Amino acid sequence: MTLTTAPRRSTTAGSRRTVGPRRDHGAWFLVLPALLPILVLSVGPLLYGIGLAFTDAQSGRTQPTQWVGALNFSDLLRDSLFWESFRIGLVWAVGVTVPQFVLALGLALLLNLDLRLRWLARALAIIPWAMPEGVVGIMWRLVYHPDAGVLNETLRRLGLAGAGDGRDWLSGLATALPAVILVGIWAGMPQTTVSLLAGLQNVPRELHEAASMDGAGGWRRFRTVTWPAIRPIALAITALNFIWNFNSFALVFVLTDGGPGGRTRLPMLFAYEEAFRYGQFGYAAAMGLAMVAVISVLLAVYLAGRLKRDEDK
Amino acid sequence: MSTRQVSTRQLGRRATVKRTAGRTGQYVALLCYLAFLSFPFLWLLSTALKPPRELGSIHPAWIPEAPTLENFRQAFAQQPLLEAVGNSLLAAAVSAVTAIVLATPMAYVLARFRNRFSRVATAWVVISQAFPLVLVIIPLFLILKSLQLIDSRIGLIMVYVVWSLPFALWMLTGYVRAIPHELEEAAAVDGAGRTRTLVSVTTPLLAPGIVATALFSFITAWNEFFFALVLLKSPEKQTLPVVLTHFLGAEGVADLGPLAAAALLATLPSLLLFAVIQRRIAGGMLAGAVKS
Repeated sequence: MTLTTAPRRSTTAGSRRTVGPRRDHGAWFLVLPALLPILVLSVGPLLYGIGLAFTDAQSGRTQPTQWVGALNFSDLLRDSLFWESFRIGLVWAVGVTVPQFVLALGLALLLNLDLRLRWLARALAIIPWAMPEGVVGIMWRLVYHPDAGVLNETLRRLGLAGAGDGRDWLSGLATALPAVILVGIWAGMPQTTVSLLAGLQNVPRELHEAASMDGAGGWRRFRTVTWPAIRPIALAITALNFIWNFNSFALVFVLTDGGPGGRTRLPMLFAYEEAFRYGQFGYAAAMGLAMVAVISVLLAVYLAGRLKRDEDK
Repeated sequence: MSTRQVSTRQLGRRATVKRTAGRTGQYVALLCYLAFLSFPFLWLLSTALKPPRELGSIHPAWIPEAPTLENFRQAFAQQPLLEAVGNSLLAAAVSAVTAIVLATPMAYVLARFRNRFSRVATAWVVISQAFPLVLVIIPLFLILKSLQLIDSRIGLIMVYVVWSLPFALWMLTGYVRAIPHELEEAAAVDGAGRTRTLVSVTTPLLAPGIVATALFSFITAWNEFFFALVLLKSPEKQTLPVVLTHFLGAEGVADLGPLAAAALLATLPSLLLFAVIQRRIAGGMLAGAVKS
C-alpha cells in the first residue's frame, strides 16, 4: 500500500490533493516515526493480549505457557465475582454517564446564555479536568471522611445528622457505590460541558429567534430547535463517556480499592487484581476481552454517528 | 381603548416579572453548579492549611482558623516527595517531547491526504482510546520484562510515548487542517521544495498547536496512574500520583494534613498548565472529535 491521494470523493478531497504528487513515497518517511512505535508497542501488544486470553499465562511461573482455548472464558462465565463486577461496571457507567450528561447539558445551556459569572464557571471547570484522577480520589476521600469530612460536617450543621454520627460513606455497603458514582459525575463534568457547549454554539441564533416569534416557549424551543441540532454530538459524547467510564480504574482504586466487600469492584479493578495481585495473566486478559464486547457495541454507535455526520456534509 | 392599554401594560409587566424570575433562576442554578464544581477543591485547600489540632476537631471548620504550611513540611518529611516530583517531571517532559516529535509528521500526512491509510489510522486513534488498558498492560508488562525494563523509568517513558501518540495525532491533525493549504501552494509556486515548505511555512504556523499538544501530553503523563502503578516497584522510582497513595497507609488510617498538602502540590502543575492552554485544548479536541 502506498500513500496515494484518493481519486474518488474528488469534491471533498480535491482541495487537499494539491500538495505532493499523486503517489507520494516521501510521505512514508513522515509516517514511520509514529507508525513504528504504534505498531510495536500498541497494536502488537493488543494482539498479543487477545492471544493471551486463550492461554494459561501466569506471572512468575516456570512451565511454558499453554494454549487452553476458551477455558478462561468458560471459567469467567462461572465466576460469580466476574458477573458481579460486570454488573457493578454497568451500574457505575450508566450511573455516571446519564446524570453527568443531564447536569452538563444544563450547565452548557446556562453558559451559552449571557450570564455574568460565566468566566468564573469556565475557570472552575478546569479544576476537575486538569486534576490527576488519583488526586481526585484522595480529595473526595477527604470530603467523605467520617469525622474530618465536609460532607458529614455540613449534614451536622444542617441538623440532618447527630454530631457523633460519623457515617463513613465509602465503606458503607449501601453507600459506597453511590458515593463513588457522585465522584465520577464530578470528575467528568467539564469535558462533557465543554463539548456540549461547542455544539450549542453552532446552533443558528436565527432559528431560536424565529421560534420565539412563533411564540414557542423555552422548553419548546429546546425540543424543536436546540436538541435536534446537538443530538449527533450528544450521542457521540454519551457513547464515548460510557466507554471511558466502563474502563475507568484510578478514581475508584484510590477511593475504595473495590471495597467494601467488592461493592465497587469495577471490571478494570477485577482484571487488575487477577493480573497483578494473583498473577493470572491469561484470565485477566480474557476479562479484558469480555469488556471489549460491551465496548464494541458502543464504539459502533459512536463510529456510525461519525460516519453519518461525514456523509451529511 | 383604555382597558386595552391597561391590559397590554399588565401583560408587559407580567412578562418582565417572568423574565426577572427566569434570570434569578438561572443565576441560582449557575451558583449551584459553581458550588458543586468547587467545593471538593476548596475542602482540599482548607484541609491542607489546617493545623493538626483543627483536623482532629469533631467540628471541622470550613475555613482554617489558624492556617499553617506545616502540613507541606510534614508531607516532604514523610514521603520522598522531591524524588517523586523529579520522576514525574522527567517522565512527563521526555515522553511529551518524544511523542510530539514522532507524531507531528504523521499528523501532517493524515491531515493533508485522504485515503485508506488515513482512514484506518484515524479509526485506530479512536479505537485505541476505547480499549480497556488491561488488555494492553499485560502484554506490555511481559514485553518490558523480557527487555528488563520493568521497574525502569525508560520502560515507563516508552509506554507513555506510545500511549499519548494517538491523542497527539488527533489534536495535531486538527491543527494542520486549520492551516490553509493555499499557503503551502503559494510557497510551492515560489519554487520552495516540499521539505522547505514544511519547515519554513507549515511548521511555524503549527507551532502554537504543537506547544498546546505537548503541554497536554505533559499533563496526561504527569497525571497518569495505572501504568506507573503496574510498571514501577521501587519507591525511589515511582511517580507522584503513586507516591501519594502511600500517604493513605493502612485502611482508613491517613495523616490527613500532609496527604492534602501533597495532593495539592501534585495538582498545581497540571492546573497551571491547563489554565494556559485550556482554550486551545477545547478547540483542538473538538476539531478532532466533531469536525473531522
